[in-house]
Amino acid sequence: MSGEMFPEPGWLSEEVKTGTTIIAVTFDGGVVLGSDSRVSAGETVVNRVMNKLSLLHDKIYCALSGSAADAQTIAEIVNYQLDVHSIEVEDDPLVCSAATLVKNISYKYKEELSAHLIVAGWDRKEGGQVYATLNGLLTRQPFAIGGSGSFYIHGFVDAEYRKKMTKRECQEFVVNALSLAMGRDGSSGGVAYVVTIDQDGAEEKCVLGNELPKFFDQ
Amino acid sequence: MERHNSYSQVKGVSTGTTILAVKFNGGVIIGSDSRASMGESYVSSKTINKLIQVHDKIFCCIAGSLADAQAVTKMAKFQLSFHSIQMESPPLVKAAASIMRELCYNNKEELQAGFITAGWDRKKGPQIYVVSLGGMLLSQPFTIGGSGSTYIYGYVDAKFKPDMSLEEATQFSTNALALAMGRDNVSGGVVHLVVITEAGAKHIVVPGDKLPKFHDE
Repeated sequence: MSGEMFPEPGWLSEEVKTGTTIIAVTFDGGVVLGSDSRVSAGETVVNRVMNKLSLLHDKIYCALSGSAADAQTIAEIVNYQLDVHSIEVEDDPLVCSAATLVKNISYKYKEELSAHLIVAGWDRKEGGQVYATLNGLLTRQPFAIGGSGSFYIHGFVDAEYRKKMTKRECQEFVVNALSLAMGRDGSSGGVAYVVTIDQDGAEEKCVLGNELPKFFDQ
Repeated sequence: MERHNSYSQVKGVSTGTTILAVKFNGGVIIGSDSRASMGESYVSSKTINKLIQVHDKIFCCIAGSLADAQAVTKMAKFQLSFHSIQMESPPLVKAAASIMRELCYNNKEELQAGFITAGWDRKKGPQIYVVSLGGMLLSQPFTIGGSGSTYIYGYVDAKFKPDMSLEEATQFSTNALALAMGRDNVSGGVVHLVVITEAGAKHIVVPGDKLPKFHDE
């Protein structure tokens, strides 16, 4: 037998990315965030159950996409900064403050970092809000999608989103969108994590693969 | 965000595009946008028709390099008319698709174009065939292609139903193309639809201001 080595598995040398699908939608009284659970390093799936919805404060969450390390680090730093801020103002922080903190880091280090976080939550001043912070931009939107899987569902969310959905309709919309994206994007998959935030707090839910809605499949 | 790979990274004039074909109860609809672009920022034609008739009830639509696509469809049209004279009957849709596939497969190094062939014949009724970039031939109840198609995978997966009526299928195709044109900057212009049934082929054009609008427009 010749001294032939097996090719090195991809995950030893490839950067770990959360090639992913994330979505956040406002409804009357709060927001719903959703994400898939696949983390890939090149062609290998290194984690198939990662929760990409990260807590920034009691009623503010962010959804991670892009480089896994970058996104997690930003979320941790902002979590700390928000704690300090909320002690200083002696009140719950605004969603806009959380989004601004994320934007500041993304913008200042935009050459080194490659992560896109969607920040969403509820506060007493403006109710449910969703902010997209791509590459240092900060924009408030009625809903936002991100990650590699989001390309496939642009058409679907454009067509199906309606203003003033109820909480239940919003959750269904998020789960449908995630299921469609996971069906087409090779970098998204696993289970769907859904977080619903309203004035009473945040509720986390996990929808297993076999419970996801099915669509026409030839 | 990473730039999504698209067919339009080709030489010369390319149809960065959105094309689709849908089977409904009694026929097929084949549709496309109407923009031809060079590179990503110059629109070389706003009203190009990408739906090529290769026989009375068989149409093709093209995605990829426009030059390659025109050359292949011209040759296919010629071979198909010769074939139908020899057989003394209208050609099968599968025959048309096979001719495209032969051309694509045998010239796969030089060509960079994918095709959707759709039509109606007496043997199997309405059919849709996809010939991909390398020359694979596949039959499907509906299919989408071109750079704009990535944005509507979710929409068509959710909304397609087998055995739709003509009205439902027309609405489905128009919505899907409008959504893709709204997100893909190399697709746009007007929507061209061809409805093919036993009775023949009918060409419908939906101009920009009559396209369906969605929540943020």
